[in-house]
Amino acid sequence: MSEPVDRFALLQTRERRDSVRLGSKAGHEKRTATLFDDFQDPNKLRTLAGNIKQHTLDHLDGYLEQAAERLEANGAHVHFANDAERACEIVLGVLKRRGAKRLVKAKTMVSEEVALTPFLEHHGIECVETDLGEFVVQLSRDTPSHIVKPIIHKNRKEIARTFELEGLGPYDDTPEVITRRAREFLRKKYLAADAAVTGANFVSAESGRVVLVTNEGNSRFSLAATRCHIALVGIEKLVPSDRELGVFLNLLARSGTGQQLTVYTEFISGPRAATQADGPEEMHVVFLDNGRTAALASDCREILRCIRCGACLNVCPVYRQASGHAYRSVYPGPVGAVLTPLLAGERFSEFADLPRASSLCGACHEVCPVDIPIEDLLLRLRARGKREGIESPGAPSMGGWSQVAREPLAWKAALMSGRLLRYVPERLLPPSLQAWNQHHELPAFRGGAFRSWFRTRKSKS
Amino acid sequence: MSEPTRSQPPRQVSLMATCLADAFFDDVAVATVLVLEHLGCQVSFPEAQTCCAQPAFNAGDWLAARPVARHTLSVFRDAAAVVAPSGSCARMLSHGSLLLFEGEPDLAAAEELATRSWELSDFIVNGLGVRKWPGRLSQRVLFHASCHSRGTRYATAARTLLASIAGLELVEFREAEQCCGFGGTFSVNFPGVSHEMGALKLSHASEANANVLVSADMGCLMHLDGLGKRQGAPLRTRHLAQVLRDALEGVEATA
Ligand code: SF4
Repeated sequence: MSEPVDRFALLQTRERRDSVRLGSKAGHEKRTATLFDDFQDPNKLRTLAGNIKQHTLDHLDGYLEQAAERLEANGAHVHFANDAERACEIVLGVLKRRGAKRLVKAKTMVSEEVALTPFLEHHGIECVETDLGEFVVQLSRDTPSHIVKPIIHKNRKEIARTFELEGLGPYDDTPEVITRRAREFLRKKYLAADAAVTGANFVSAESGRVVLVTNEGNSRFSLAATRCHIALVGIEKLVPSDRELGVFLNLLARSGTGQQLTVYTEFISGPRAATQADGPEEMHVVFLDNGRTAALASDCREILRCIRCGACLNVCPVYRQASGHAYRSVYPGPVGAVLTPLLAGERFSEFADLPRASSLCGACHEVCPVDIPIEDLLLRLRARGKREGIESPGAPSMGGWSQVAREPLAWKAALMSGRLLRYVPERLLPPSLQAWNQHHELPAFRGGAFRSWFRTRKSKS
Repeated sequence: MSEPTRSQPPRQVSLMATCLADAFFDDVAVATVLVLEHLGCQVSFPEAQTCCAQPAFNAGDWLAARPVARHTLSVFRDAAAVVAPSGSCARMLSHGSLLLFEGEPDLAAAEELATRSWELSDFIVNGLGVRKWPGRLSQRVLFHASCHSRGTRYATAARTLLASIAGLELVEFREAEQCCGFGGTFSVNFPGVSHEMGALKLSHASEANANVLVSADMGCLMHLDGLGKRQGAPLRTRHLAQVLRDALEGVEATA
């Protein structure tokens, strides 16, 4: 029996697999071209960004306090949510107090993480996704399969079919038509909305500035049209000051979409000032923990440096084959394989297979703009799974091999006997090889041949 | 990736043949000895060596991995320099075992061995400072870089050597940065994905119209070779050490 991610991959249609693979590959190639065209040594920048983020995490309590004070001084309300439930309740509380019934949402993975939309809808509040990809996800009752390109698994025919089915117009898969129809639909929603929910790409502790990057301007529309802005922010989104934003904005768009800068970059330091013509009169920032403090205390804390650029998904050969939904979580791919089990807390065992869904090729680490040693973290989580007694389906036990491989005489005996008897000794090789024959032809066994060559040669000289 | 700092290595070399060479690829180990001797090294082969412990380490079974890794530490305790014809095993010594022994009494010994371990091409290019390989080999070669060399100082060492061989043409191929899908236990627990990855690598390789695919890792070669044969579309593969040895023999043949 193979692993869940592998089984999921095998069930994908060729069409879907091609969408994911080719979309990811294109993203990776654009990323590499832009970074290496613009910087002589992008790796220096990655190291710097990683150090800044690690420093922030190492002093997170201080920076959080500073950010909260600053935000309040700027006129925003600051909330802390320990878990998903609390975050949802805080948002609902704000909306209820204002009598808000209609909500527009800019793309935020944190709101997916806490399942905000189903919660609010259950309480009679209409939620509309305004990012085109997220809008398509919502229309088709799907879930995002990529953290930057939520519908990377769909081609435009599929999107056009959804639009037709949901009454946005007769079937037409021209990209311009799809975009225009979404725009017309969403404009009305912006105008009718009472409040907007966004995420945050960064929050500067020194200035309290909330930074949002988008390519469609949908968060700007959301904020221009509504009176109340609620930003959902994972506590790891902090940077020490505005100054560091230069490093991160330079890396984020290049790593994520291969752009030098996203089309819109907003810096929001609080609610509308008296001198400003428009903008929300009320601003709330909800800092979310939801397992992050525990992750920070673990031996995988580096994962909290993540700026959600998606570069590790794009380059990952397993993600390319399996697609995001194989990871059964809001965060797929290499980052998700680490983050999901960590954030799962007591439900770790449900996701303990994800860290194994990697050939440990390290391509994710190589592209990560904040230099997260993802393959090391995957290994540590595998070890944790094993320690907690969670077995991988079909994985051979290492016990017998380990006994032989620590005992040179047993090792040599196995090599020689295997050669004499013309079989691959079961206890000698990585037990894995035994199960290989399904797809591979094993090379001829030549156990101990080198050792005899070396010995003979030495005795001659 | 942090790399242990090393000083100029001595020419007394302990060969870590690796379990794959011990069991299947004896010619790779032979070629490694000949290549190192050509550079004036004295090569020894500690008979007690077994495996670097990577299979259990990667599987997360660190309780099974530690005694094997500890055995490796003791086998090479007195070696001046340890050279392996495998990026993967060398990386286990220079990096993996540091993770494995984190917070354990053996950490210091692991760190110490890390500074003395080398992958073959790393040793030749960055250790001994040899950047030009003698000899001749008229071949169009695809180089499949070992994933274990990513981000390391020696990521380009093997390419440097191959490109310097007279007559040898390094051919580029598509998606060269992608893993071949071996990954040890990965290829067993994720047969579907691993197979797709390998098939993709094979199809990109076959488009490139080269004579041979070369890698510094026997794992990748065994995977691609075994897959190609099973698919009825065999690909000629060769280990880096064999290519270097063949080039030397080309010199002798033409001399
Ligand atoms: S782990 Fe690194 S590469 Fe992956 S999404 Fe996060 S920042 Fe980007």
